[in-house]
Amino acid sequence: MSVAKTTAVRTLRPTTGWVAIDLHELVDFKDLIVEFARRDIKLRYRQTALGIAWVVLQPIVAAGVLNFAFGVVAGARPRGPSYFLFTFAGLLMWNLFSMTLNKTSLSLVGNSYLISKVYFPRLILPISGTLATLLDFAIGLGVLFVLQGFYGIAPQWQLVLVPVWIGMVLCLALGAGLIAAALTVQYRDIQHILPILIPFMLYASPVAYDVTQIPESYQRLFYLINPLAAPIVGFRASLLAAAPMPPLPYLAWSALFAIGMFGLGAAVFKRTERKFADVV
Amino acid sequence: MSSSPLAISIRGVSKKYTIRHDYTAPTTLGEAIVRRLRHPFARVVREPFWALKDVSFDVSRGEALAIIGINGAGKSTLLKILSRITEMSEGRVDLYGRVGSLLEVGTGFNQELTGRENIFLNGAILGMTRAEIRRQFDAIVAFAGVERFLDTPVKHYSSGMYVRLAFAVAAHLRSEILIVDEVLAVGDVEFQRKCLGKMRDVASDGRTVLLVSHNMAAVANLCSRAVVLRAGRLAFDGDVSHAIAEYSARDGATMVGDLRDRHDRAGKGEIRSTSIALRRSDGELTRAVRPYEPFEIVLSYDAKVPLAAVDVSVNIETPDGSRLLTLYSAFKNESFDVEPGPGTFVCRVAGLPLRPDTYTMDVFLGGNHAFYDHVERAVTFDIAPHDVYGSGRLPQWNEGPLLASYCWQAGGDAHEHGVLSARAARS
Repeated sequence: MSVAKTTAVRTLRPTTGWVAIDLHELVDFKDLIVEFARRDIKLRYRQTALGIAWVVLQPIVAAGVLNFAFGVVAGARPRGPSYFLFTFAGLLMWNLFSMTLNKTSLSLVGNSYLISKVYFPRLILPISGTLATLLDFAIGLGVLFVLQGFYGIAPQWQLVLVPVWIGMVLCLALGAGLIAAALTVQYRDIQHILPILIPFMLYASPVAYDVTQIPESYQRLFYLINPLAAPIVGFRASLLAAAPMPPLPYLAWSALFAIGMFGLGAAVFKRTERKFADVV
Repeated sequence: MSSSPLAISIRGVSKKYTIRHDYTAPTTLGEAIVRRLRHPFARVVREPFWALKDVSFDVSRGEALAIIGINGAGKSTLLKILSRITEMSEGRVDLYGRVGSLLEVGTGFNQELTGRENIFLNGAILGMTRAEIRRQFDAIVAFAGVERFLDTPVKHYSSGMYVRLAFAVAAHLRSEILIVDEVLAVGDVEFQRKCLGKMRDVASDGRTVLLVSHNMAAVANLCSRAVVLRAGRLAFDGDVSHAIAEYSARDGATMVGDLRDRHDRAGKGEIRSTSIALRRSDGELTRAVRPYEPFEIVLSYDAKVPLAAVDVSVNIETPDGSRLLTLYSAFKNESFDVEPGPGTFVCRVAGLPLRPDTYTMDVFLGGNHAFYDHVERAVTFDIAPHDVYGSGRLPQWNEGPLLASYCWQAGGDAHEHGVLSARAARS
């Protein structure tokens, strides 16, 4: 007679309060993360005539429009060799932020049919959405390098800092997005608030203008209330030699804010996660 | 305790939902804030509702166990807890093996993706790794019989192909514990037989199967043991034939659909239906009527406020949820003013043209562009076998659910009938 296995593979019990993220489990589900990201990418450009070319076209056209509005109409063109490259670089960072925020906030409501029918760590939804957005970003970055070559700008050592800027922007976007996602499950209003807030944030961020164009006495306040400013400015400085780096104290503030935001977002998400299937 | 090793141990599992006795509950942030400002000290009355209460049982490895009970007894809640979709409120579950759960066929299937892409996506959603899916890919495709359409988006699939592919993916899930909810309710009988066979293979493979079904034939066929849930509690645990007998005697034959404790309802709740029953012309309540037999549907309600122009609808469906008939008062310009308190609507039906079988009724109350109450599967009833055509023959399951009054005869020339004869059409 064989001895029955006495240790359970998994024990389920009610949980209360704050819970930690189970990283081990996320690794177990890595194939699902990839499948969801794959689905997102495939569906976005299926049945489009230009297909993946939209990833390249969209930021170029958007940068052109911003160039016209800010540079030509408003006359806010900063000093430097190429204003177009300037806006394009800013827009890449902005798109990474706004798309991650938007997708994350909708990740639960948009997949409610899955949440009520099958288990997987719910964090997989925002993670896979972010992976798909990062692919768009990588393609945009490639275009930026090509444009740089075209304008004859040599890469500089500051390029190694790019992952830091990406990390800060993602922390901010995911943190805010996870809170929005958890709230949207209960209150669908968030779905309507974000589309108003996001364009507003675009104008409040140094995408098509430079922080140095703001009166000096306000720059401190600007960096303080918009933690997104430092990584955008930093990203541009890493790529375009002419653009200056943001001052270190503001950078530190921004990084702390981003980490805090992500921590808060993840904690709120994990705390409310257990109720999603009952409410959605 | 049996000597075979444990697969699942369920100890004192309870699940509490909170019912708000408040039929104007806010659904937007604005409403919530406005209410809070208007009535700063008002307290919403919340009543706990135990969907499951103190359920305990063990399942041994290699066992096929059925969970049976009427709608609202807590079966689906239990499956959702075991598959980790929702959390229990109290208790403990130990799972000795990987759990694969199948609460629906084709969860996450995407219309725009091809069959091949959906196999990988759906497999991953069910918990398979990419390597596992690749290993089983050919078997899945062969089981579904969709080789030629692998690279076609599934939106172009027939519904039969779609269901076959979805089940094929799920059937190749290699988890030690398989949880299945009402999957057998979809597809045609031939396909259901195939699914049943596949699940029997799973069980004889030494893996553990937990099955929820209303199909007692399937339950008896597949499972050796069953538990009966009644109002969230474990009412019976034992041999499958005894369980089915217990279920049929206590739950299956209820003639009156008591809706007072049904919490799985929709609508704002100004008026709620409280019971539904069928009454024969002799005044007796019944669970079965014959095809074309006149009868009445007696629907009781409880209104909280006076309402003008209430529309009533009873919708008749097959057990798998296909709508057959909608007996909607508004179709006949019949609507009713309702005073607060209990009352009754009666619908006189001249007869139903349905094949002898089991059907269910949905109840809907609405009016004035408002939606007050909707209860799905409010009552189950039978159309009793009856020799409608006087021939001793009736349509079978695959010949449609409806009956008609008709007669065939031969004679006359094709041109006489104003149609072409077969020969004229060919030339």
